[in-house]
Amino acid sequence: MEYLLAFVVGGLFCVVGQLLFDLTSWTPGHVLTAFTVAGGLLGGVGWYDKLIEFAGAGASLPISSFGNALVNGAMSEAAANGVIGVLTGMFELTSTGVTAAIIFGFLAAVVFSPRG
Amino acid sequence: MNSSRIGNHTIKIESPAYLSYSGVVAGPKEGLGPLTGDYDGVKEDLEMGEKSFEKSERRLMEDACSIALSKGNLGKGDIDYFIAGDLLNQITVSGFCALEHPVPFLGIYGACANLTQGLGLGAMFIAGGYGSRVLVATSSHNCSAERQYRYPTEYGFQKPGWAQWTVTGAGAAVITSEVKAPRITTVTWGEAVDSGIKDASSLGSAMAPAAAAAMLFHFQELQIDPQYYDLIVTGDLGQYGMQLARELMERRNYQLQGNYTDCGTLIYYPHQQVGAGGSGCASSALVTLGNIYRRLNEGELNKVLVVATGALHSPTSCFQGDSIPAVAHAVSIENE
Repeated sequence: MEYLLAFVVGGLFCVVGQLLFDLTSWTPGHVLTAFTVAGGLLGGVGWYDKLIEFAGAGASLPISSFGNALVNGAMSEAAANGVIGVLTGMFELTSTGVTAAIIFGFLAAVVFSPRG
Repeated sequence: MNSSRIGNHTIKIESPAYLSYSGVVAGPKEGLGPLTGDYDGVKEDLEMGEKSFEKSERRLMEDACSIALSKGNLGKGDIDYFIAGDLLNQITVSGFCALEHPVPFLGIYGACANLTQGLGLGAMFIAGGYGSRVLVATSSHNCSAERQYRYPTEYGFQKPGWAQWTVTGAGAAVITSEVKAPRITTVTWGEAVDSGIKDASSLGSAMAPAAAAAMLFHFQELQIDPQYYDLIVTGDLGQYGMQLARELMERRNYQLQGNYTDCGTLIYYPHQQVGAGGSGCASSALVTLGNIYRRLNEGELNKVLVVATGALHSPTSCFQGDSIPAVAHAVSIENE
C-alpha cells in the first residue's frame, strides 16, 4: 500500500509539472523554482512533513522536498539560536543533497566528459 | 542610379551570376531523412572526431566549402570573396573557417536567413563586376545551437510539440560569372519584422510574417504571381509557420498553392520526432543547395524562389522579455 501511495502522490507531482509545461510558457527553471518555493511554503506551515508521512518517497523525492528541508533547517536553527539561525540552518538538513550533487556531478563530468 | 533596382527591395541581377558549384554536408539524423541522396557527405556522428560541438560545426562548414571548390577544381585561393554566416555567438564557425581561405572574408548574420543573404550579396558582387567567383557558406549544428539558445543537451529538456529541430549540416556554393549553371536572377531584401511573439520555441510563427513580407515585396515589385515559379520554398518555418505564411499571403490575395513548401518540413521523416520540422541555417542550405540544386540542374525545376527566414533574437533578449524580430530574404534561381 505504501508503495502505491508513493507512486500515486509522486505521479501527481509530475502531473502538476507537466501541466505547467504544457499550459504555460514557463521554462524548466521557472517550474523548478516554483516547486522548491511551494515546498518551502508548505513546509513553513508544517503540511509538507505530513505529506511525507502519508506518501513517503512520493513526497520526499520531488524537488519540493528540498524547499521543505531548506525551510525546516532554517526554522529549527532559528528556534535554537535566534534570527542568525536562519542563515546557519538553511543548509543544515540539505547539506547531504547539495554535497552529493556537487560530488556526483564532478565524477560524472570526469568520466563522461560532457560536451553539451 | 541604374535600373537594376526595382521597387524598394528587389534587385535584378542583370549580368549572369551562376550558381556554379555546391557542397552539402549533413549530420547523422539528416542522413537518415528522405533527402539523403542529395547530400555530398553525411557525418556518422555528431562529434565528427572533434573535441567540441562548435569544432564539429567548423568541420561541417569547412568540408562543405572544400567539396564545392573541388567540384570546380578550384583551390582555396581561387575565389575573390568568402561570405559566410552561422548561428553561434560572433559567428565563430565562419570566422575560423575563413582562416582556411586566403581571400577577403565577409561575415554575415541574418540568422537562418544567412543562405539567401549570402547568395544575394554574392550575386551582387558578381553582377557589379567586383569579382568573378564568390564562395558562400552557412552552417548549423543541433548541439551547438541547443547549448547556445536553449539548454545543455545532457539536461534532456522537454520541448513542446510546436518547437523545431535545429538541422546539423552545412552548405556552400560557388557563384561565378563564367561557369554556366542555374542563375541567380533576382534578390529581394526583406525588412526586419516584429510579430510580437516572445516564445522562443515558436520561431516558425515568429518568422512567418517576415517570410510573407519578403514574398509580397518580391511579387509586387516584379509584378509576377506565385505561379511564375515551379517551386517556392521558405527556409525553416516548419509546418505551423508554413501554414501561417500561406494564410498571410492569402489575405493579400496571393495564393501559395502546391508549388509552395518549406525546407524545414522536407529534411526529416515524420517518425524522426522533430516537432514541427527542421530549423537553422542548414535547413535552407541542405534543401536548396542539395535537392533543389540537383533538380534545377536536371531540368526538373526551372524557376525557384528561395525565401530563407531568420529569427534575430538572442537568449539574452528573450530572458529580458523582448519579442523576436525576424527577417527573410528571397533569391530566385532560374535556368537560362
